Amino acid sequence: MTQYLLSMYQPDGDPPEAAALAAIMRDVYAVRDEMIERGSWVASFGLHPASTATVVRGRGVDAPLITDGPFTEAKEHIGGFTIVEATDLDEALSWARKLSDASTLPIEVRPIAR
Amino acid sequence: MSPQSEVERIFRQHRGRAVAAMIRFCGDIDVAEEVVQDAFLIASQRWPASGVPDAPERWIVATARRRAVDRFRRERTRGDRHDQAALVHAPPEPTEDGPVRDDRLRLIFTCCHPALSPAASVALTLRLLGGLTTTEIAAAFLVPEATMAQRIVRAKGKIRDARIPFRVPDDADLPDRLAAVLAVVYLVFNEGYDGHADQHLIRDDLCEEALRLAGLVAELMPDEPEAQGLFALLLFLVSRRPARLTERGDLVPLVEQDRRRWDGALVEQARSVLRAALRRDRPGPYQIQAAINAVHADAATAAETDWAQIVLLYDRLLACTGSAVVALNRAVAVAEVDGPLVGLALLSDLVDQLDGYGSFHAVRADLLRRAGRAADAVVAYDRAVERATNGAERRFLEMRRATVARAER
Repeated sequence: MTQYLLSMYQPDGDPPEAAALAAIMRDVYAVRDEMIERGSWVASFGLHPASTATVVRGRGVDAPLITDGPFTEAKEHIGGFTIVEATDLDEALSWARKLSDASTLPIEVRPIAR
Repeated sequence: MSPQSEVERIFRQHRGRAVAAMIRFCGDIDVAEEVVQDAFLIASQRWPASGVPDAPERWIVATARRRAVDRFRRERTRGDRHDQAALVHAPPEPTEDGPVRDDRLRLIFTCCHPALSPAASVALTLRLLGGLTTTEIAAAFLVPEATMAQRIVRAKGKIRDARIPFRVPDDADLPDRLAAVLAVVYLVFNEGYDGHADQHLIRDDLCEEALRLAGLVAELMPDEPEAQGLFALLLFLVSRRPARLTERGDLVPLVEQDRRRWDGALVEQARSVLRAALRRDRPGPYQIQAAINAVHADAATAAETDWAQIVLLYDRLLACTGSAVVALNRAVAVAEVDGPLVGLALLSDLVDQLDGYGSFHAVRADLLRRAGRAADAVVAYDRAVERATNGAERRFLEMRRATVARAER
């Protein structure tokens, strides 16, 4: 078994209006419940918006130690992530597909190195 | 044939099959390639003296398997990370009642997994199933060898680390995955049919490999008319192989080929595969291309070709692909029906997209020649020659150019 990080990419800016968001979250939780039921779920977290992020650069990086903002300049940032355990990429991709259908967001699938 | 080149021929013919079998056996692409290489090395030392065994492929797989077992045993006794050896994941498949799976079919679905870029898929398939060296693949795709080597290493790394499975996909995933596989098989065929390697304009082994893979995919997916369509298309193209080159290795264009030399049995097979596909009434680009070739095959002589029918088929092909190369081929057919000037007018819309493509200038040169504009034709032939990708094509174009230039004087 391999663990995969499923990162959900969220556009910056205002979230969908409350009713739509509630429906989306219900669908996302349903996928999470299915993962738990099937024994595939390891962890999942939602994040505060990228505007709350802070970057720290230690010694050896020629830049201020602490700066405001997410690491990459982009229009989308990781809004949350799920870790699943799967036998192979196809299984991980099918979870990602369900999560993407539920959240209406693109999902990046990346194997976790042991 | 010298014993050494006989071993090389066997190597080319069986390498893909042996590598696929070894990947399933030992679960590691690099190890599989190495042990198969070892087996061929042993063969090249032994066979010249002992003779080639009756079933060389089985000998190679058995020898490679022994090497793999020795290797794993050595690594285990060394306390090496046997189970960490990044293994290719080959989950069990339901076997009852299912069609017989070919290891190479599993491998092609792995190589053509949509998680890999198309460029990586083609390179891996050619390397693992076509038995091409990285040098040959790099030359075929006009990229530096180091770039191609890195592309292959990365793709193998992704298969290993992300655990892209070594199996034929589930029914639900099959249609999408199939489209990717068909595209790669067709590219492999084209590499064999008019690849860039100078000495082998027609690499029979690659064409055979693509044809076999297309046949396997068609057999495995009897309900997928596009899989049948690709198989039919390749059968039509292979049927013309005997007439496609002169004895000196010069290209003979379709309309000038001696049609008696086309392989009638293959044409018949192609027709029947295509008929069965078209009955399903789900046309697609491969079926339409096969149908175009069927129209050519129906004409006993080039003059009897039903070009109007071909134009209609190209209209449909253009509608579903939108490809500039299809538009170029359509222009050729239109020129046969309505004359070279109409064809030339169509080409003028394609210059921007196809200026770097040799065939565009070759087609244009031919139409200019037929329109009586010899001086312009010579210039167009020059451009085509500059962009020619292999020696046979270049010789052919130079001959045409010389003929036109002489006529002009």
